Order: sequence, then structure tokens, then C-alpha cells
Amino acid sequence: MKYDGSNYLNPYLGGVILGTVLLLSFYISGRGLGASGAVKNTVAATVNVIAPRHVEESAYYSQFAGGEHSPMSNWLVYEVLGVLAGAFLSGILFNRLKLKVEHSPKITSRRRLLFALLGGLIFGFGTQLARGCTSGAALSGMAVLSLGGYITMVAIFGTAFGAAWIFRKNWI
Amino acid sequence: MIGPIVSSGLISPAWDNIFAVLLGMGFGFALESSGFSSSRKIIGTFFGYDFVVVKVFFTAAIVSSLGLLYLSSLGLLDYSQLYIQPTFLASAIFGGIIMGIGFAMGGFCPGTSLCAAAVGRIDGLIFFGGMFIGVFLFSESFPLFEKMYYSGSMGAKMINSVFGISPELFTFLLVLMAIGMFWGAGWIQNRVKKIEY
Repeated sequence: MKYDGSNYLNPYLGGVILGTVLLLSFYISGRGLGASGAVKNTVAATVNVIAPRHVEESAYYSQFAGGEHSPMSNWLVYEVLGVLAGAFLSGILFNRLKLKVEHSPKITSRRRLLFALLGGLIFGFGTQLARGCTSGAALSGMAVLSLGGYITMVAIFGTAFGAAWIFRKNWI
Repeated sequence: MIGPIVSSGLISPAWDNIFAVLLGMGFGFALESSGFSSSRKIIGTFFGYDFVVVKVFFTAAIVSSLGLLYLSSLGLLDYSQLYIQPTFLASAIFGGIIMGIGFAMGGFCPGTSLCAAAVGRIDGLIFFGGMFIGVFLFSESFPLFEKMYYSGSMGAKMINSVFGISPELFTFLLVLMAIGMFWGAGWIQNRVKKIEY
């Protein structure tokens, strides 16, 4: 086995581990796994510190912050801190810890970072409209056979197939 | 012990947060070790040179769906206590479309960008940072989207009920479909030019 960071788990084994963790999450906490929820809570908590009146008056922020809410002491926030730690441990184990910008040799790092920023911005916007991301809405929704979860999954992957072709010069 | 354990009152809410960290660690480990810290590996699905996303994602969906049904039928889990993502048609579709565009541009989804950042991928960190701006923009412009956000509400609707079949039969069909997809993915991957990354 090469120890140069190019080793990955067999994808089916990786899927079984991921599915088992998701199953445990439902069994223990009664809910699925997520990622974007922690971002939402952090944004709401930050705005609440700077402009509490604004949060109170907002039909959106007031669902998560202000009043009795404690957006930073939230299951999703703890879970996402765990994600960071778990991925870091895997990076150590597989020797993948390295500071770099990963991109196709045909584009510059600058271009890659610009598209990463825009992609993150657009994705982040979409997560709030759909009430969750690929993990919180799609995967966790699919585990409990949620119709919305399946619809979101098809919309994400279906669109990405088409959009990837538009942005193909960034990738291949 | 009948799950979900938290609702049974056997563990305190503080323990729920400790479990959240541990579950998150398992989640992050599974994603990173499968290769989801690499945007070029993730995006391979859309060009046919690496289907790791399809394989991991659908294997996980099968394992968790089947597992929940098994635990429920063995009386070890109260399915009605689980959080089922509510269905709002318009926002599920349009939110998904917007996410698909961000996915193709950035090469990550939120969870995978975090894993990439954890192993030092600067593009992952920037994507994750971009999300904060996107979430902020949505929150501030919420009144513009409020109508769409709540339209087409169907409650905690389950997909099997749309087809008028049992959850067990739906999950069985899902397994068959996934096996077909895995086979198709392998077939395509063998015919597509390899890409070094």
C-alpha cells in the first residue's frame, strides 16, 4: 500500500460506514446528519450580536436566534465540529494533510479559488431555500424516505450534471 | 433500548451534544476516507471518470434506509419519533437547482468542503467561507423568497406513499435501482478517458 495520500477506502465500504453513522444518528438522536445548519446558526448568532433588533424583526433569523434560542449551543454545531475532527483524523491516517489549492492543471489557483468562493456562495444560498444541503436534506431525507429529500437530491444532481458541462473548462 | 435514545429520557441533553460530536467525527471520517476532500474526485461523477460520489452516497442511503426499517420492525426503534424532513415542493426543487449550480462551480457540497478544509485544502476553506455569504444573503432577502419558501407544503410526506406502496417495497426497489446504477457507473467509467488528479 502506497502511503502518499492517494489511498482511499473502497467506495462501497465508505458508503457502509457513512450509512451506519447516519443510522446511529437516527437511533441515538432521532435526527440525520447535516452541515449547512451549522453555518445558518453561526450567521444568525453573529447577526444577533451585531444587530439584535434586526434579528428580532426578521421572519427568518428569529426562528433560530434571539429570544430563547442559543444558536451556537446546538446539536448541528457540535456535529459539524466533529466532522472537522473526523476528517482531520482521516487525513492523518491516510497521510493527506497538506496545505494546497487543488485544481486542474489547465487553470490557475486564482481561478479555482474564485469559483470555489462563488460556488460556496450559491450553494449556501440554495441550502437555506431547500432547508438543508446534500447531507441534511438529501441524504438524511432519503434515509427516512422523505419525499422532499428525494426531490432535493434529484434537483441537485440533475442540475449539477448539466452545469458541470457548462463549467467543464475548470475541471477537465 | 428503544431508539431514538434521546427521546426516551435515558440520556440528558448534554449527552446528546457529546453524541453529536462523535457522530460528526464518524461522518467526517467516512467522507474524507472515501475521497470527498478532493473536489476533482467528487466532480468526476459529472464527467464519468470517477463515480465515487454515486457509490458512496447511494450505498449510504440503502444502508440507512434498510437499517431504520429493520430496527423498527424488530421493535428497537420508534419510527414516528424520527425527524422527517418536511416537503415543500417549490423550495425543494429551486433550492436543489441552485445547489446544483454551486456544486458544479465549486466542486464541493457543505460537508465535503469542511472535510477538504480539515486536511488543508484552501479551495475547500474558501468554498466553506463563501457559504456564509450565501446564507447571509438569503437570510437578508428572505421577504423576497418567503412565498416560495412556504409554497407546496406537504408535511412530512414519505415517498413510498406517493406511489401507494409500503416503505419496505420502496426500499427494495431503491436497492435494485442502486445496484443498476453501480453497474452502469462501472460500465461508463471503463469507457471514459482516465484523468490524473
